[in-house]
Amino acid sequence: MHYRRVLVVAVAAVTTVGLAAGCSSSKKSGGGGRGPITFVTGKDTSGVWPAIANQWNAAHPNEKVTVKQQSDQADQQHDDIVQHMQAKDPGYDIVTVDVIWTAEFAAKGWLVPLKGQYAIDTSPMLGGPVKAATYNGTMYAAPFASDGGLLYYRKDLVPTAPTTWSELISDCAKKTSGMGCYGGQFSQYEGLTCNAVESIYGAGGTVVKSDGKTPDVNTPQAAEGLNFLVNGFKQGYIPKEAITWTEEPSREAFQSGKLLFLRNWPYVYAHLTGDANSQVKDKFGVAPLPGSSGLGTSTLGGHSAAISVYSKHQGTAFDFLKFIETPDIQLNQFLKVGTLAPVLKAPYTDPTAIAKFPYLPTLQKSIDTAIPRPVSPFYPAITQSIQTNVYQALQGSLPVQSALQNIQAGITKAAGG
Amino acid sequence: MTAATGEKAGQEGQVGAGRERERRRRRARASQGDSRLAWRLIAPTIILLIVVIGYPVVYAVVKSLQLDKADAGINPSTGFFQQGGKFVGLKYYRYWFNCNCPNGTNGHEFWPAVQTTVIFTVITVIFEVVLGTMMALVMHRAFKGRAIVRAAILVPWAIPTAVTARLWEYMFQPHGVVNSVFGTSIIWTGSVWPARWAVMIGDIWKTTPFIALLVLAGLQVIPDELYESARVDGANAWQRFVRITLPLVKPALLVAVLFRVLDVLRIFDLPYILTHGANQTTTLSILAVNELRSSQNAAAALSTITFLFIFLVAFVLVKIFSVNVVQTQARTVKA
Repeated sequence: MHYRRVLVVAVAAVTTVGLAAGCSSSKKSGGGGRGPITFVTGKDTSGVWPAIANQWNAAHPNEKVTVKQQSDQADQQHDDIVQHMQAKDPGYDIVTVDVIWTAEFAAKGWLVPLKGQYAIDTSPMLGGPVKAATYNGTMYAAPFASDGGLLYYRKDLVPTAPTTWSELISDCAKKTSGMGCYGGQFSQYEGLTCNAVESIYGAGGTVVKSDGKTPDVNTPQAAEGLNFLVNGFKQGYIPKEAITWTEEPSREAFQSGKLLFLRNWPYVYAHLTGDANSQVKDKFGVAPLPGSSGLGTSTLGGHSAAISVYSKHQGTAFDFLKFIETPDIQLNQFLKVGTLAPVLKAPYTDPTAIAKFPYLPTLQKSIDTAIPRPVSPFYPAITQSIQTNVYQALQGSLPVQSALQNIQAGITKAAGG
Repeated sequence: MTAATGEKAGQEGQVGAGRERERRRRRARASQGDSRLAWRLIAPTIILLIVVIGYPVVYAVVKSLQLDKADAGINPSTGFFQQGGKFVGLKYYRYWFNCNCPNGTNGHEFWPAVQTTVIFTVITVIFEVVLGTMMALVMHRAFKGRAIVRAAILVPWAIPTAVTARLWEYMFQPHGVVNSVFGTSIIWTGSVWPARWAVMIGDIWKTTPFIALLVLAGLQVIPDELYESARVDGANAWQRFVRITLPLVKPALLVAVLFRVLDVLRIFDLPYILTHGANQTTTLSILAVNELRSSQNAAAALSTITFLFIFLVAFVLVKIFSVNVVQTQARTVKA
């Protein structure tokens, strides 16, 4: 008697689940569909998307774009996209892909390849961002904003920016009391990977060989690069609290006059000049990153837009992709409003732009010489290995040599080694 | 008794027995009808529970025994991941218990995560029990403004955990509230034990009211006469507390401890938002979510391991301390 009741309930439950599973659509859209789209991007800290969306919506009343903003943290943006892709959600038509996620998302088959009817003309674009959006020889995303590391410095205290690390350390003597000398992003997250690889590159080291896969980080150059940061904490030219800094806290430290040198992204420029509480409005300059024996190399950042294979309006999505790469949007929205780095070559030589943003040639050089982080579908595991070991090295609980050995082994293991 | 009355008594006895059987049969039929109605009434809830809880648990276990797409290798010509799904048995379970992975990988973090989770559990539950019982004793007395105190004590419990985590993250900044008030310059989220204490303080602040409430409920069932007679017999406050209050409040206290232990063993939101799991504050749940980025099925295996671990702890606690989760307090307070 008892068993029969349980059986009836169980059958009812299984039927319900079966119906529910059948309801979700898992069909891939054939392509070319037109209609309203949703554009998913991280938190709009630069305030550029409302105007761009309005311009598109005015011209395309039947194919409106809705901008959906995610968290401001890259790891959470990544996880959010992964969740929706695993659920085959057709509601995410275009997703903003950080340069480090392109390989992973493309390898998992979530992005529409941009070839054939979806080919993009890349001749007016900078080389680095285009390469970053390419995986296995095919473009999977359309770059719309680039990013490179820059050195912001107090030109009222240090008239010429340092070009080497030893110059920077001796310039520390020029700071006033209550100031820290050098700051970056050293909390345990993706920003730390950026700072760490920039230091490694700056000493002539590398993370992976030119094939993009084999790790080669256990070298004396890489150790010298990491030691620039480790010694910073040991000797005090990096303030102790910087171990908790992400982009915004480090910007705030520089903006309130408590830091002599800051390594950060171009978006900071708008805040330093435009914010009401900025103590450094006309007192700062922008320079390329210093390195060990000469100028250093920044890591390539930036974002691209990719079409989800589960989108039902891929035709409209593709047109929106091309729209955000037009010279007008690149110059007038991304650069002038958000001080983000455009991906087209033209804005960097536009005279009105250079008059307003004198650091543009520095930024272009930074992006042109930027080295990407390892391009791999296993990037989450790679960056975790780098973050964890570098963080412990900065805290002084792990020797630099062991940290590099662990990173080397971690990258090998990530790719199934 | 004469034989006649004896016979009559016997007959009456038989009739009585017959009526008794009749009554029992009617009760059985009624209870059968009741039980059928009861099943029908709770069937929707059971279906919902099976779908929301049962299906994901079974799905996770099934997935944890299959090869994940991310471990299936990359097709060299297309660059895409190959299909996963092949049955691999306990591969992922062996991975977690026995990785020999380099520092910085998720596999390396399993045993540290177990250690961190257990440390959190032991320390926070001890603090919460002591502080919660003290708070309950205060709330139990009748004094002016007691209602306001009782309501105010509940505020931390009512605030969503994500907000609590952000709040404490803000307060634990290098130039934040905690350092200013105590005149220290500890970088709370910058090293292992300060970060762990930051998480534990946030958790203790948030859930002590929960224990206080449960203990208060237990206190209010204790009859006052016991205290009266103890006072008459010359017992002082400490003796009254140890000999009367504690034993009688023990059932409610043990239930509270059981719930708290289970809660902290699976804690995710507070450490994830406050420290992001850095500085050895990664608990088992945070590790599972971190693994999701690389390999879903390995994360499913870790979730199953966590589930079994918590189940085992609950089982042991209930058995050892005879936590009467089901019995009411009244049965233990026998006059």
